Parts: sequence; C-alpha cells; structure tokens
Amino acid sequence: MINRFRQQQNFVSWLPFATLLQKEIRRFLRVSFQTLLTPIVTASLYLFVFGATLGQRISVVEGFSYAQFVVPGLILMGVINNSFANTSSSLFISRYLGNIVDLLVTPLTPPQVILAYTLAAMLRGLLVGTVVLIISCFFAELPFVSPWAAAAMAALASFLFAQFGLIAAIYASSFDALSMYNNFLILPLIYLGGVFYPVSILPPFWARLSHFNPMLYLIDGFRHAILGVGDLSLSTAFIVAGLMAAALFGWAAALLGSGYKLRL
Amino acid sequence: MTPALEINHLHKSFAGAKAVDDLSLSIEPGEIFGLLGPNGAGKSTTINMISGVCRIDSGTVRVFGHDAVRDYRLTRRLVGVMHQELVTDHFFTIDRALKIHAGYYGVPDDKAWRELLIERLGLGPHLHKSMLKLSGGLKRRFMVAKALIHKPQLLILDEPTAGVDVELRRALWQFVQEMNQAGTTVLLTTHYLEEAEQMCNRIAIMSGGKLVALERTADLLARLDSRSMLLHLDTPLEQVPTALEALNGQLEENGQKLRISLAGEVVMAEVLQLLAQLNLPIRDLELPRPGLEEVFLDLTGLQLTDRKGSPS
Repeated sequence: MINRFRQQQNFVSWLPFATLLQKEIRRFLRVSFQTLLTPIVTASLYLFVFGATLGQRISVVEGFSYAQFVVPGLILMGVINNSFANTSSSLFISRYLGNIVDLLVTPLTPPQVILAYTLAAMLRGLLVGTVVLIISCFFAELPFVSPWAAAAMAALASFLFAQFGLIAAIYASSFDALSMYNNFLILPLIYLGGVFYPVSILPPFWARLSHFNPMLYLIDGFRHAILGVGDLSLSTAFIVAGLMAAALFGWAAALLGSGYKLRL
Repeated sequence: MTPALEINHLHKSFAGAKAVDDLSLSIEPGEIFGLLGPNGAGKSTTINMISGVCRIDSGTVRVFGHDAVRDYRLTRRLVGVMHQELVTDHFFTIDRALKIHAGYYGVPDDKAWRELLIERLGLGPHLHKSMLKLSGGLKRRFMVAKALIHKPQLLILDEPTAGVDVELRRALWQFVQEMNQAGTTVLLTTHYLEEAEQMCNRIAIMSGGKLVALERTADLLARLDSRSMLLHLDTPLEQVPTALEALNGQLEENGQKLRISLAGEVVMAEVLQLLAQLNLPIRDLELPRPGLEEVFLDLTGLQLTDRKGSPS
C-alpha cells in the first residue's frame, strides 16, 4: 500500500475543469426523463396546438403562416428554459445538500466552475432546442435564411440563461424561492417577449414597453435569422444580447469569485 | 524543515461572534496531530479555513510553506479533507464519485489506488449502490476514501469515527496510522479521547475559539498531578477516617467508595501501610489514570464529552 501511495501522479491542469463538465453532463443525463424528455414533450404539445391546428389558419406576419412564425420562438423557449434549469437546479441542489464543499476544497478556479456549469447547461438547452427543431419540421417549413446567425443566437441565449441560473441558485434561499425566478420572471418575460406574437402588432405604448424586455432581443433575433424578417435588426439583437450575456457573466463571476453564500 | 501546516493569528467571526480567536499553531510533517475541544470551540471552523470552505477574516494559513489563500490551487491539492457533516452527491455511485473526485484534483485515475481504498475501507460490496442507499457509517467511510483519493500530503479528518462501530473504528485508525507511516501528515479531531491519546503525537485543545493548550500528548497527561486511589468497600463508611484526612480522603456513592489523593510527594508503601493499620473493609482497589477529559476539565472548566463519550 505504501508503495502505491508514494507513486505520486502529475497534476493535469485541464482535468479538474473537464471532470466538472463531465460530471455536470452525466448529472442531467442520469435524469434524462426529467431533463430532456419532459421539455421535448411539452414543446411538442405547443407545436401541435400552434402548428397543426391554429397555425395553418392565422397569420401575423405577411408571407408566413402562424406556425412558421411561432416555431422559432418555441425552439428558443426550450433552449432558454433548459439552460436556466440546468445551472440553477444543479448549483442549488449542491448548496442545499451541502455537497458544494466538494467543489470548494478542490483546486478548481471560479472561472472554471462557471464555464463547466455553463457548457453543460448550454449542451442541455441546445439538445432540447435541436430536437424541438427536428419535430417542428412536421408542422412548418422554415426558410433558414441565416442558419449560422440562428445557431449563434441560440448559443448566446443559452449562455445568458445559464449565467442567470447560476445567479438565481446563489441568491435563492429555498426551492420555493428558486421556482419564483422561473414562474414569475422568466415565464412572463418569455410570453410577453414575442414568442407568440410580433410586438409590432401591439398598441404603441405596449410595443415600446416590450423593448425593455430582454427576451425580445433574443427571440426576435433568432426568428429574424431563421425567417429573414423581424421587428428588430439582427445587429441590434446581437449587440443587446451580447451586452446582457457579458453583464450576467460578470455578475456570476463576481458572486462565485467572492464565494458569496457559498463559502462561510 | 517546512511545517506541514502553519497557522498564524487566525481570526474568524460569524455575525460578530468570534469562532476562532487569534489561533496560531504549527504541525510538523509526519505528525498525527489532534485538535480537541467541545462543540463550538472552533475546530471545524479552523479546518474549514484550511481547506477553503470558509473565508479567513485575518491571519494566515500555510500548507507546506504555501499560502492557502494566494496559492490555493497548489495547497488544495496537498490537502485531503473529510468534513464532519455527512455530505454525498446523490446522483452518483461510490465508484463514480471516487473517479470524479480524483479528477477534481487534476489526478488521472489510479485504478490500483482506488481499488485499494475501496478494499481497505470495506466499500467493495456497495460500490455500485446509489449514495442514497448507504448507511451513515458507509457514507463516512466513503468520505475517508474521497479525502484520500488524490494522495494528499496533509490529511484532515474531522470526527472520522462518529457513528462508526467499534470494529470499523479500529480498522480505520489502523489505516490512518499506515497512511501516516507512508508519509502523510494527519490532523484529526475526535470526541473519543482514548483514541486521541493513542493516536496523536501532539494535541491542541481549543475552547471558545482560543488555543488553551498545545503539548506532546504524554506531557499534556503528565501535566495534571491528579493521581488518586479508589477503594471499593464491603460495608459503607459514614465518615472518612481521621488518618486519611491528610490524603484528602472523600467518600463516594453513599460511603461505598473511598477516594484518596496520591498527589505530591506521597509514598505508596506508606499509604498501603496506613490502610492496613486502619483495617478498612476493602474489597477492591483502583488506580484511575487521569485522561484528557480531566486535563481538559482542569484547563477550561468545561467537560469535553458527556459520560457516554459523545460530544457535549
């Protein structure tokens, strides 16, 4: 035994980060019914309601069926919800059960922790989004005018909400408080952010107010990249989304770096 | 030689209450060092500051010469810590969790070492069980394996044997001693004082966040000149014989036991001669050895454990 112990191994600098990333991916795959299948089923139901029934009979944007209009928003809704859910639930459960100490005593740096949690959340969000996109092909034909811009906006949205999930997990003091972020902040902002209607059809006051909804820039930008038309220009959507993502990353980094509510 | 652990003027307060108050101590490489004290003495807070779970208000912690705050990426690799609270990740099995923990420390999986830990800590039959299904004792043994998986130079064990049965406790201490012989420095806290007496080269006693003693274990025990003789009597006495008053004789248990002090320059032969002359109905005789409990009581006026040996 002594000999085995004395065989010290070299430190592999990328391994702590890679291990945390792998662990986070394994975590959501272990409960894939809840983390992947459920959101896909929910999104499919939305697609059925808006795609197969109402979607063929109404139109809110000239030249496109309602199904074509609503599908990009539904895809992004899946990306956003699942990216947020992954970081927020994983970090909060670790805090709640106390096993966050397993991370605090390791050589992992705060940026490594943020990046590992974020990439796993982005993977889950984008996996759900991709499956919803594939299913949506049965309900609406999408032109994919700028596919790379659409992919970039989806990645930006999932990054942004992964950061928000980390922040919520740190501030939340209970599961109840955590669910408040989802039910009373994200859900209303998504619903009022142009998933189901273009904000340009709203009365002027409400249309202007909608521009304060950060979700609008993500959803409209994503839809613009896919359909080629939107209420905002693509560059405006990307600039605002990029600034929001940078601000939330800075906020999450400051919280994790200081150990706020994590270290005693 | 660079100390394995060097703590200088460490302070930590929670909401204004001092948890650790100007603590300074040093542990040499290869030592088994005991940190004792009642609940709330500041032991776990100290361990948390060494391992990085707790932020340091002021003072320094150096691990093998490296600052635990500035060079944390290095010092955390040198330290393996087992916390007092039973903490596990319910998503994974023991086997998977051990692989993950090696990775967190940047250590490629050493299968032979992992299997050795599993074998020595009796985790083999439970390897693929969910953490949720493990008993308290098993979780504690898993936590020891977790603390050792990256082959740390300084092993910190905070109450490693709480809730572990006697046989496993013995096996665990034997394992810790072997690890120590292999070169690991050990810092431990325990409420089982006999274990601390047997295991530790040196012992520090904390009370109210302060260090109240730090000595070699033998010196600490010798410090208390409280040897006594306890006589078990066949028939109870109503009062202490006058001849024994000089020896601070005291009756216990309704006169069924008589305790006399052997402190100072007492010659045992003279005591035995005196007892023979008094012709007391002595059934049995005990020479209780003062332990850490008495030392602790003497130093702080507080009891370290209750009578059953559990934390007070």
